[in-house]
Amino acid sequence: MRRAFLIAIPYVWLLALFLVPFFIVLKISLSDIALAIPPYTPTLDFSQGWAGIKDFFSQLDFENFIWLTEDDLYWKAYLSSVKIAVISTFFTLLVGYPIAYGMARAPVEWRPTLMMLVILPFWTSFLIRVYAWMGILSNEGYLNQLLLWTGIISTPLTILNTQTAVYIGIVYTYLPFMILPIYSALERMDESLIEAAEDLGCSRVQAFWLVTIPLSRPGIIAGCFLVMIPVIGEFVIPSLLGGSGTLMIGKVLWEEFFSNRDWPVASAVAVVLLLILVIPIVLFQRNQQKQTEAEQ
Amino acid sequence: MSALPFLPDCRTGAIVNSEVFAPWEDPQAKPLIQFQNVTKRFGDFTAIDNLSLDIFEKEFFALLGPSGCGKTTMMRMLAGFETPTEGHIMLGGQDIDPIPPNKRAVNMMFQSYALFPHLSIWENIAFGLRRDNMPKHDLEDRVEEMLRLTRLTQFARRKPHQISGGQRQRVALARSLAKAPKLLLLDEPLGALDKKLRQDTQFELMDIQEKTGTTFVIVTHDQEEAMTVASRVAVMDQGKLMQVATPDRIYENPNSVYVADFIGDVNIIEGRASANGENTYQIDWAEGQAPLTATSANGFAQGQACHLAIRPEKVTISADRPADAINAVQGKVHDIAYLGNLSTYYVELPNGTIIKAQTANTRRISRRSFTWEDPVWLSWTATAAVLLVD
Repeated sequence: MRRAFLIAIPYVWLLALFLVPFFIVLKISLSDIALAIPPYTPTLDFSQGWAGIKDFFSQLDFENFIWLTEDDLYWKAYLSSVKIAVISTFFTLLVGYPIAYGMARAPVEWRPTLMMLVILPFWTSFLIRVYAWMGILSNEGYLNQLLLWTGIISTPLTILNTQTAVYIGIVYTYLPFMILPIYSALERMDESLIEAAEDLGCSRVQAFWLVTIPLSRPGIIAGCFLVMIPVIGEFVIPSLLGGSGTLMIGKVLWEEFFSNRDWPVASAVAVVLLLILVIPIVLFQRNQQKQTEAEQ
Repeated sequence: MSALPFLPDCRTGAIVNSEVFAPWEDPQAKPLIQFQNVTKRFGDFTAIDNLSLDIFEKEFFALLGPSGCGKTTMMRMLAGFETPTEGHIMLGGQDIDPIPPNKRAVNMMFQSYALFPHLSIWENIAFGLRRDNMPKHDLEDRVEEMLRLTRLTQFARRKPHQISGGQRQRVALARSLAKAPKLLLLDEPLGALDKKLRQDTQFELMDIQEKTGTTFVIVTHDQEEAMTVASRVAVMDQGKLMQVATPDRIYENPNSVYVADFIGDVNIIEGRASANGENTYQIDWAEGQAPLTATSANGFAQGQACHLAIRPEKVTISADRPADAINAVQGKVHDIAYLGNLSTYYVELPNGTIIKAQTANTRRISRRSFTWEDPVWLSWTATAAVLLVD
């Protein structure tokens, strides 16, 4: 009894927090738009009994999914989201790795402070921090003022409402998710491995590529997934910093839902997004599992 | 794991026909490594204090000392991870101070073994060879040879976490030997192994050292290990060399109370020496006790303070005073340490001094001659003890 209860907990958790919401969304995605509350039809009516349920299922169709393939807006948005996610993950890695490396090599007594500095931005609202970037990146913003003042540029750069601003915002926001797993991989690394590599004829740079990078690979993979998965569906950063030129699926989803009030199409977009995300999530889980196996 | 059938040890002169290996006694011999007045400081702390030392080719040289004595710093300077603050280190007549670790013909076996966890045993051993861009065929031959030498052939495809501690130790050895270095450094190589495995591995190390002819420098705090494997032992304390000699000389002729005390078990008796014939001294050591007699080649002034160091196994224990004994003291058995093959008797003299005497347990323990509180005589010859200044 006790054992059954323990085993049931994760399944109940999965059912309540993932499967039930997913099937609700799936059901809406198979419905049709309607001028009603809620704004779709059919709705499940149990008072009709078995006939009602049968009637309900007969009205469901894949129309919205077909629509997604007919209008090129959607696949362009998916593609653009994946592209932005991949590129910004790469930049986050480029910025995050040296920071994690520096933290892992810092004197032990400094490390908690450095860790604190990485986590500190989480203490203020994400939204406020993205708004702050609008103030920095706009034509009259601090960045342009600084560059004009130092004489590097003579006319203000247009950064806000371009993809560059989206990349800056994503790298800034998701940097801690990249730093922390890499740091934990590097921190566990035995310093004498680098000395052994040098002793066996490696230069510093070779030792880094042949020993440090392979040993921090689980951290790199974890960090990349932790950044890429949420960025694909990111909505706030592209809508605040990206302007109308940036096409991302999160933004399309929001517009379908709130501007068009087309819940069925919005749900279909969400279901497809989830299916796209399942691939990296499964790969991520496999990486984590392999790592735990290797540590045993 | 069984020990290899090891060759007779020519270093201690077991083979009469072949010449005894003792280049340190040959003034013509050129040392492979020379420490020339080397000092190493870390901030205010002096790790190595104006130290000079010669190590010869094909030697198995042990640096022995308590932790913090500077032995690891010596090794790290040889490997190139530290540079001397003052003085120079020469390798084959060349000053190696400016040469980085990856350019030195020196390899090191790390205390933690430092095996690359992401590479197989085979790849770990090949790691150094690949850096030299060795042709593929030669590289494979060399790795296979190293695997055979360390009896690891069947583990070649495994990762370091899939093999035992003793096997990991052998991988580390194979990896550091693969590049055929002029000098191999071993930092506490057997520290992580249990006692039985350690003893087997000691003989394997000696065997491999003889087969490859590589000069080995080993750092250890285990005096038994140093005595077993090394051709010469350097006893260190606080960044200085206390004595550098063959294991038997270190044991039989320590040059100071520190060395005598650090290596093995010893009785130290303080007294005053007075000459009593050629190279023979009479030592007055306690009120109401007959003076002791000891021979020493070192000159002592009349009445000079001295220490008499006697190994417990050189002290004979008997019920009656041996008729011909030159040194004999009476006491009673205070304590007995039974070690199985040996027993150490702690004999208390009337003035409270405790002297240890060790005997082999050639008879069953039930037939032991002495027990607690028995009055006994301790005796030793004039040459058994070493007379030391300090």
